[in-house]
Amino acid sequence: MLAYAIRRILMLVPVFLAVSVVIFLILHFIPGDPIDNLLKVGAPPEQRAEMMARYGLDRPLPVQYAIWLGKLLTGDLGTAIVARRPVADLIGQALPHSLLLGGLALAFSTVVGVTLGVVAALNKDRFLDRAIMGGVLFGSTLPSFWLGLLLILVFAVGLGWFPVSGARTWSSLVLPVLTIGLGGTALVARITRVSMVDIAAKDFVLLLHAKGLSPMRIQIRHVLRHALIPVVTILALRIGWILGGAVTVEVVFARPGLGTLLIKALSQHDYPVVQASLLMLAMAVMLGTLLGDLLQAAMDPRVRGALS
Amino acid sequence: MSPLLSIERLSVAIGGVTLLDDISLSLDRGQILGLVGESGSGKSLTALTVTGLLPLIGGRIASGRILFDGTDLASLGPAGLRKLRGGRIGFVMQNPMTALDPVQRIGEQIDVVSRLHLGLSGEAARARTLDLMGQLRIPEAAAVAEAYPHQLSGGMKQRIVIAMALAGEPDLIVADEPTTALDVTVQAQIIQILTGLVRERGLALLLITHDMGVVAQACDRVAVLYAGRVAEERAVDPLFERPAHPYAAALIGCIPREGMAEGSLKGIAGSVPPATQFPPGCRFHPRCPHAVDICRTERPLLRETPDGGLVACHLAERIAG
Repeated sequence: MLAYAIRRILMLVPVFLAVSVVIFLILHFIPGDPIDNLLKVGAPPEQRAEMMARYGLDRPLPVQYAIWLGKLLTGDLGTAIVARRPVADLIGQALPHSLLLGGLALAFSTVVGVTLGVVAALNKDRFLDRAIMGGVLFGSTLPSFWLGLLLILVFAVGLGWFPVSGARTWSSLVLPVLTIGLGGTALVARITRVSMVDIAAKDFVLLLHAKGLSPMRIQIRHVLRHALIPVVTILALRIGWILGGAVTVEVVFARPGLGTLLIKALSQHDYPVVQASLLMLAMAVMLGTLLGDLLQAAMDPRVRGALS
Repeated sequence: MSPLLSIERLSVAIGGVTLLDDISLSLDRGQILGLVGESGSGKSLTALTVTGLLPLIGGRIASGRILFDGTDLASLGPAGLRKLRGGRIGFVMQNPMTALDPVQRIGEQIDVVSRLHLGLSGEAARARTLDLMGQLRIPEAAAVAEAYPHQLSGGMKQRIVIAMALAGEPDLIVADEPTTALDVTVQAQIIQILTGLVRERGLALLLITHDMGVVAQACDRVAVLYAGRVAEERAVDPLFERPAHPYAAALIGCIPREGMAEGSLKGIAGSVPPATQFPPGCRFHPRCPHAVDICRTERPLLRETPDGGLVACHLAERIAG
């Protein structure tokens, strides 16, 4: 298991390098550059060239990449060109907000999704099952930015229960968490139900009944235990997805965070900030995948057996 | 004294379709009753009905009853049935490869039975588990108990399933094709283990199989099922010597024998029709070489044979004689 974990972590190195190249290059394909934001309209070309040289933007792209990667590996994320602050500071301020929002959204969709899935599976083909799955299907079709606006309209503007925007109070977390979490809830509920129904039809479950175990114990201790294996894998994969999804939701709710930082930096072509933000999101996806694989091995002895 | 297991005029339906039609069987301690027939004859359904698992597959008893040690299974609630299952009635499944929970250790899967039904503590249950595994000649029982199912061979898994069936001190074991999924060399071992349990412990064994060789080797009595009905029910030796029902005769004709001329091994043309298309009269008549007019219209009732068996065939005397 430990050898497997180490192997999986080493496998992330080439992935990380490939991702870093893409992240570095992608911005340079967009027309415009950060200097545009620093110069007055109609500034002389000499001034522009001088600025380009100051930030190393006049060098060939491979050289720029090598310098960026070299600094990155020593933990130096560079200085924001437009915001004129160390990128690490900006990320350090934004990341906790995004992690809190994403973490709560993940916890919400896990707890509510698994619960709904279990209730639906236990009431398979009855009214409760159809009601839950119908609601979940409806919920999963709503885009999060639109759902966010809808929630604001109803619960913040209409009912006044929660703040419209910002991050000053805990109650300001409720609507953004719901916005991100509801979509995930639908997914988790569906996977939980489908895999529970699937597992319940297996031979070994029939034998558990033949051993005289109570149906509830069989459902929870055996069927759910199996059904959670794919659920956990999907949830781990969603860690990165949720942080990425938080980008639009943070903007909708005007919350500080990685998303807000990224969108602002993107509009200013502030390369170092965009690169660092994207790298954080990419790393979240990579770590989520790693976590998913490790959890799957931890939960299923057959997977462990296939590894050794 | 009444027999341990008595199935009386049992009919079972799933949805609107009657799959078992008026089946009567009985089995006593120390006895092995073979239940044979092709796929679709209702063997496995009988096993699930006897173990009270019928509701799980959406079936219900349409008429008749099952008496276990004098108690009507229908009079027991779900909790009462659970006590019986795994306790006084052990169940051995057809495919040991899929019968065990793949993410639970072997030992725990056996322990739970004696904890549940005999009220043993964790330690006592484990001791009993290891003891049972030893009796079933499972080598290195302590190590196997810590293993997961995928680490064991098919034959070993079937022994584990048998150990689970035994852990609750059963009076009856229902074994649904316990050797079908195993290698030929392992099949004989498993049958020996099962027959040994009956001889040594006085258990009753309901052995479901489509292998007439296994029947000849292991059983005391045999019930031949066809399309949800009993075709013939007799002691093993007379059945094999002089089968009274053409279907029983055809099944026996399918067993390869020593000194048989090449190409003379018989099969039975056709297959058991689906339950929605059972023909009228004798259900075997479309495949029967002896069928006459009455077979096509009138249902043959079970009649006693001179040796104390039962047969449902209009022409039984003529064929056997």
